[in-house]
Amino acid sequence: MGFALFFILAGLIILSAVGVVLNRHPVRSAMCLVATLFLLAVLFIFLDADFVAALQVVVYAGAIMVVFLFVIMLLNLSDDAPAPPQQSRRFSALVGASLFVLGLLYLLRQAGLLLPGPGMGTAVPQGFGSIEMVGLRLFTHYLLQFEITGLLMLGGVVGAVVLAKRKVG
Amino acid sequence: MNSLWFDLGAATIKSLVVVLNVLQLAGMLGWVERKGSALIQDRIGANRAAIFGFTGAGLVNTMMADPLKFLTKEDVIPGGVDHLLHTLAPCIHLFPALVTFAVIPFGDVLVIGDREINLQVAPLNIGILYVLAMVSLGVYGVVLGGWASNNRWSLLGGIRGSAQMISYELAMGLALVAMIMTYGTLDLQEMARAQGGTLLGIIPKWGILYQPLAFLIFFTAGMAESKRVPFDLPESESELVSGFFTEYSGTKHLMFFMTDFVEVIIVSGLATTLFFGGWQVPFLARDGFHFPGGASLLLPNLVVAILQIISFSVKVLFFCWFQIMIRWTLPRFRYDQLMRLGWIGLLPLGFLNAIVTAMIILAWGAH
Repeated sequence: MGFALFFILAGLIILSAVGVVLNRHPVRSAMCLVATLFLLAVLFIFLDADFVAALQVVVYAGAIMVVFLFVIMLLNLSDDAPAPPQQSRRFSALVGASLFVLGLLYLLRQAGLLLPGPGMGTAVPQGFGSIEMVGLRLFTHYLLQFEITGLLMLGGVVGAVVLAKRKVG
Repeated sequence: MNSLWFDLGAATIKSLVVVLNVLQLAGMLGWVERKGSALIQDRIGANRAAIFGFTGAGLVNTMMADPLKFLTKEDVIPGGVDHLLHTLAPCIHLFPALVTFAVIPFGDVLVIGDREINLQVAPLNIGILYVLAMVSLGVYGVVLGGWASNNRWSLLGGIRGSAQMISYELAMGLALVAMIMTYGTLDLQEMARAQGGTLLGIIPKWGILYQPLAFLIFFTAGMAESKRVPFDLPESESELVSGFFTEYSGTKHLMFFMTDFVEVIIVSGLATTLFFGGWQVPFLARDGFHFPGGASLLLPNLVVAILQIISFSVKVLFFCWFQIMIRWTLPRFRYDQLMRLGWIGLLPLGFLNAIVTAMIILAWGAH
């Protein structure tokens, strides 16, 4: 049951991800990306990570993508087909994509060699993925990383305020 | 296997009951809204729907006439729009609002035979975060509806709407943070349970007594999220025709229209659950009434469950009515006033409330 559901879900995720790339219109692409991120959240629920799933929807599908959509709409891009790319650009795109695929294949191979990892066959401990466990881990084991992330975000906020306060013209 | 079927059946019935009741209530609120406006503007309202010349049962007549009218109207799609996104927008708008009610408990437990049914559609460990996630998805319907209409007023409405919803989400989240700290859980059912019992023996231990400021912030932000007067800048018919759903007619218009009322019900349900004891009836425990002074009245579980559901419904109805009264009492904000209230008023207050709550809990311990 869970197996079949996983494949249906994975198929939907791949479909919407492909939709991001193949759609000509930027707004449709953005909506496909929202769908991809939302479905990924469902995948997290399959992995008993409810808290991460909720954060995925709140932060990525909810907050970040709305800003994306805003920018796209305000730019008001036309949906005319773009001019065919130059030969040199085509070549570099091909090289870049090939390198990416090679890297991905290598990673998949390495991940495959690691399977089955330690503890994979056993059931998850009680309360795994719950907000209490994540919080406890975050504020004890990963405290330094958590604080560094906080500083980084503070820097981002200050930067945004500076940019917004700048007089234009 | 038997137990699986039982759980599946119980879950299906619960979901159906909740969804149908919410939709039904949303339809009724359409009539209450008109009657409320008539009451406040000192005129007779919503008395034209007649069945065979009979106008007496205004609520029933209007509730049957409204959907029929909307469903049989021509569905106009303006030229030059993205058909798919134009059609999708009302669905994306209605969906998050409808599914939010899944985590709101409407009763404690119902015992059938030796099995217990939790009277909440989805008992989630992350309850309140789920609400926030769905609220943040609600923006898409507004943005898409505004954009896909190929109309500048619509686009303006959509942009206003999303800016407003993002701004007030923050204040709402901070009010919820204070409530999470107070109860020490994210599960709304646990929160409702924590509000049983009394303070000093006579006052019901409801959340509003601990967090009055959080209630004000939450309720204001919640009303702003539902985009109704005084926060109806995305719609503001005197400036933007009808805002982000100007170019919608028939069933799609009905979906936008219904979403507003569903959101009113959600805000009422959340306010009830977080601040007014949810399904708690004063002095009613699982086995019956225990009045201050020692008297008690034992009741079977079924009666207790029914009393709880009635209590929850009455509170939700009260807050729906209250929001409609506010809607017809206050004038619309100006846009800069709206932004100032959100960012300079509610947000710092929310931070202050959360910090003070944390300090009090640190000093004296929870409860």
